[in-house]
Amino acid sequence: MLRACLRGANATARNNCRRNPLTSVQHCRHYTAGETSGATKVVAAGLLTVSSGIGGTILYAKWDHKFRAAVEKNVPYSDLLFSLALGPSSQEGLPIKKQTELAQPPSMMDKQVKASKAKSEKKVKEAAESPAEESSPATTQPAQSIEEASVEATHIISAIGEVPSVPAPCDTEAAAVKEECKECHDHKDTPVTAVVHPNTESPVAMEPLKERPVEEVAARLAQQDQEEQDILASVSASLEESLASSAKTTLQAIGAQEAALQAITQHTHKLKEAMEAEVPPQEKSAQWKDLEAALANRTCAMNDASTALLKANETLGSLKSVIDKSKGLNIAAVHPLVLAAEENLHNMIVDLDKVVTKVQSAESEAKIVSQYSELVNEAKQQFQREVSSLTPEIQANWKGLTGKLSADDLNALIAHAHRRIDQLNRELAEQRVREQIHIDAALEQQKLEDQKALEKAVNTTLQHVKEEARLEQERKLGELREVMEAEMRTQLRRQAAAHTDHVQDVLKVQEHELRAEAEQVLSSKMLEQETRYRQLNQEQLDNFTLDMNTAYARLKGMEEAIDSHVVAEEEARKAHQLWLSVEALNYTLKTTDSDLPTIPLKSAAEAVRDSCHDNDFALALASALPEESLHRGVYSEASLRARFNSLRSLARRVALIDESHNSLYQYFLSYLQAALLFEDEQKAPPTQLSREDLDPFKLLSYASYCLEHGDLELAAKLVNQLRGETRRVVEDWLTEARLTLETRQVVSLLSAYANAVGLGTTQAP
Amino acid sequence: MAEEHGRKWDRCLADTAVKTVTGLGVGIVFSVLLFKRRTWPVAFGSGLGVGMGYTNCQNDFRLPYLIHGRMVKDQ
Repeated sequence: MLRACLRGANATARNNCRRNPLTSVQHCRHYTAGETSGATKVVAAGLLTVSSGIGGTILYAKWDHKFRAAVEKNVPYSDLLFSLALGPSSQEGLPIKKQTELAQPPSMMDKQVKASKAKSEKKVKEAAESPAEESSPATTQPAQSIEEASVEATHIISAIGEVPSVPAPCDTEAAAVKEECKECHDHKDTPVTAVVHPNTESPVAMEPLKERPVEEVAARLAQQDQEEQDILASVSASLEESLASSAKTTLQAIGAQEAALQAITQHTHKLKEAMEAEVPPQEKSAQWKDLEAALANRTCAMNDASTALLKANETLGSLKSVIDKSKGLNIAAVHPLVLAAEENLHNMIVDLDKVVTKVQSAESEAKIVSQYSELVNEAKQQFQREVSSLTPEIQANWKGLTGKLSADDLNALIAHAHRRIDQLNRELAEQRVREQIHIDAALEQQKLEDQKALEKAVNTTLQHVKEEARLEQERKLGELREVMEAEMRTQLRRQAAAHTDHVQDVLKVQEHELRAEAEQVLSSKMLEQETRYRQLNQEQLDNFTLDMNTAYARLKGMEEAIDSHVVAEEEARKAHQLWLSVEALNYTLKTTDSDLPTIPLKSAAEAVRDSCHDNDFALALASALPEESLHRGVYSEASLRARFNSLRSLARRVALIDESHNSLYQYFLSYLQAALLFEDEQKAPPTQLSREDLDPFKLLSYASYCLEHGDLELAAKLVNQLRGETRRVVEDWLTEARLTLETRQVVSLLSAYANAVGLGTTQAP
Repeated sequence: MAEEHGRKWDRCLADTAVKTVTGLGVGIVFSVLLFKRRTWPVAFGSGLGVGMGYTNCQNDFRLPYLIHGRMVKDQ
């Protein structure tokens, strides 16, 4: 690029040279113009080269960043130019790109996870409603990292099928709930109940089922027993009541029926007697009266019997209902009672039925007899009418009229009788003819009646047998139950026995353990007591020895104090001597004129060393005095100050000179700087020196300030920071200052030590 | 130290002056004798003198900063 510029410059120069002969033709005419045009051309060419140079630099810097950095470093204010032309240097852009690249993959994966989560949530919600709601809050918490994305994918796949899957990191309770819910889904078909049921079941499943405590169970059992007892008592009472009442009524009915039976038989007997017996009329009327009485008795008895029967049936019915009710209570202890009551009922019914059948048979017989008697009465009356029609005068009781009747009457009567006999024979023959038919019809009727009666009897017996069989069954059941209960009781007894054995064993073991524990505790306590006793003894002993020791120590102390007094006095004398010698040394430091060192400190140091020949510290200090001060003496602070002031101007003049910059040109520049730079005569040094404070001019002003304020040490420190030629110039002064400071430090230490020793040995009043 | 500095300067200036004058003289001589009274030997000679004096002065001031190395042969 430089070459291009040079070429351009040469070209322009050549052009200028070439143009000059051309213009020289018009020299005389356009001299000044040519001159000026030449100058302007030169200026223009120069500007052009400069601008092209700058433009070229900028372009190259745009292409090559290292070149740009180098130019910015070396040429001041070029970075401003470059930033104006090209924008900020693009080194900061690279890290940003890397960060964006790194950020890209995680963000994409986060998006994936979020999408899969949303999908899984939706699908699971569709598959199973409420169980999913319980599990999805649980799924969002674990599924934070990228590794869970695959698990989520499997969830989605499984959720598409109608089986709700359980994510692994979730707790198993949710799984249990889900399984239960699945069962609910399987067992119950309606989805409504399925939605409701898991909700109701899940809280139950969530909470563990609590066992009822033993006391509650016992209380409940006792309560149940009590209730049973009450019910039993009430049931037995009611049963007994109803049984008693029904027994009474049944007995009554039976009695009434028997009475009726008796009445009926009596009546029939009387009737039969009345029919057949040939008794005189007075007795006949008495007989008829008896008969009527018997009939009235019979009807009365029949009525009584029927009412009693009704009552008995009613009571039996109530008893049956009570029995049914008590059967419905379904308590074991009631069964035998019920059974007994049923048996009683059955027996009563059976007896009642028997008696009723007896009565009925008696009734039928009585009917026959009454029919017969009616027929006989009818015939008799007929005959009477006939006789009366024939012989109106004859009274009914014709047997006693044999003497009163005439022959006609007798003949008429005989003729009537013959006629009657013929009629009767005829009737008899007819009857005999129709005998068979009548007998058949009668037999048929009888058969029918017999069948009916048979059926009725069969039904009743069947019922009775069924009832008996049922009762038998119930009895057998009751017996079986009792047997079972007895067996269970024996088993329970066995178990109880085993339990008591076990409890006994456990108690034995516990006893052993407790005994061992107690013994252990006892032994430990005993041990404790013993140790405490021993401890107390030891303490007493220790205290006594302690007292003895203190007394002895005090005695010793007193002896030592007295000895040390003597020693202390000796020490005090020595210290005094040391102090005197140190004061002498101090005095020698002050004997100085300006610009001349003090007298040599050798003799004073010797004196000090003599007065402290057994004191290592003082000896060390005395030998720490620098040789120069011993032989030559040290300069005072005032002289050093004066010297510094004169040195300062020289130091300022060579401020720029150091190892690398030390040519005469640098000397000239340094001199120029010193002439042109103005700084404070004295400036207070800061507590901490920064990099700007290490400028030689500043340091010199700080040092001057320190010297003016009497701080030689700080001035020496500051002067020590000078570098280069300045340092070489002030080196002598620095060594002198160091020497002075050293000597002064040693002397001050010695005097401080002497003072301390002196103070230590003085005894306060 | 100030005195040393001052002394150095004195030496330096005196030395340069002497050398310049000497160079000038030599230049004049040469110019007269050999180069037909041209000006350039004079300038050359005085320049030579000034240069020598300058370099001497510079070396004198640099003296404390010069490091002398020695070759140590293995034997």
